[in-house]
Amino acid sequence: MASEGSDGTGGADGAGTGATGAHELPVAVKILVAGGFGAGKTTLVGSVSEIAPLSTEEVMTEASMGVDDTGGVEAKTTTTVALDFGRITVSERVVLYLFGTPGQGRFWFMWDELASGALGAVVVADTRRLESCFPAVDFFERRGVPFAVAVNQFDGAHRYTAQEVREAVDVDPHVPVVLGDARERESGKEVLLSLVEHVIRRRSPALSG
Amino acid sequence: MSPAAGRLDEGAGPLVRPYTMTGGRTRPAAGAGLDMISIVVAARERVDWGELQPEHARILRRCRTPVSVAELSAQLDIPITVVKVLVGDLVAAGDVAARAPAPAADHPEAHVLQAVLDGIRRL
Ligand SMILES: Nc1nc2c(ncn2[C@@H]2O[C@H](COP(=O)(O)OP(=O)(O)OP(=O)(O)O)[C@@H](O)[C@H]2O)c(=O)[nH]1
Ligand SMILES: [Mg+2]
Repeated sequence: MASEGSDGTGGADGAGTGATGAHELPVAVKILVAGGFGAGKTTLVGSVSEIAPLSTEEVMTEASMGVDDTGGVEAKTTTTVALDFGRITVSERVVLYLFGTPGQGRFWFMWDELASGALGAVVVADTRRLESCFPAVDFFERRGVPFAVAVNQFDGAHRYTAQEVREAVDVDPHVPVVLGDARERESGKEVLLSLVEHVIRRRSPALSG
Repeated sequence: MSPAAGRLDEGAGPLVRPYTMTGGRTRPAAGAGLDMISIVVAARERVDWGELQPEHARILRRCRTPVSVAELSAQLDIPITVVKVLVGDLVAAGDVAARAPAPAADHPEAHVLQAVLDGIRRL
């Protein structure tokens, strides 16, 4: 039997000591898909997912309310936030989940929980209103979560170049900016590949040391 | 149908007040360490189904093959937080094993990243 503890997650191992070794299970990773309201997040998830996007909910409890920016409102109620997600079984050992984050700003607390442990994020920029992706970009920059920008080109909207988007959104030069259409699997693939390559580049200095 | 089953049906009711399923608990048992993408699977052959509460049984029936907490939540239409509490009970009872997500944020493992890259390329 494989030794326990190589998950590197300490306390979580208590959950792994069943008759079926937890180490025989695939390990999951997640990538977030964020952006403004109606930017095409669920569409992008659906275009690359092997299952139709599933929707679920998270109940925000009193305790979570403390970190929401509702400005000191004494919140006793629970709020339900909808999330949707897709799945890509990348190998026998690894399953990738893609989570569409709730668009509204008041659900920051949810982003925090979602972002913890995420491999990275895709920020969907809506070409009808580029500025709607700014909060997501700010969030991932502040949290140090690696991200790529997927420019979702809506029919009839202004056609930007990647460079124009890069300047408008003001991201670091190494952040991938990929033009595409959230409805096309090839677009989704391209931005996900750019993101993962970006994540690998970020960690390789540590590797070579 | 046994009288017990009838009673359970009533008790299971609509899912409007999710935490009634957990007896009001909003946090999983200490140490369960469950994440929304923890992968869980049934851990033993023999289960005394009669001993299980209906929600625990519903979850356990879906754990014959590995499944994530988020998928259980979507399939059963129970919020993630509540599923974590219920799965935590099953872990504590030895009915399911759980695997925590890869520690991706701080030090993603090279082989995991490579698998993700290859898997996306194959799409
Ligand atoms: N023309 C065009 N329509 C798109 C594109 N991407 C998404 N849509 C449409 O835009 C609408 C919103 O897309 P969603 O994927 O639901 O957006 P979302 O970001 O998940 O929205 P919320 O979760 O409500 O914030 C849907 O009707 C899509 O079909 C695109 O690239 N081009
Ligand atoms: Mg959506």
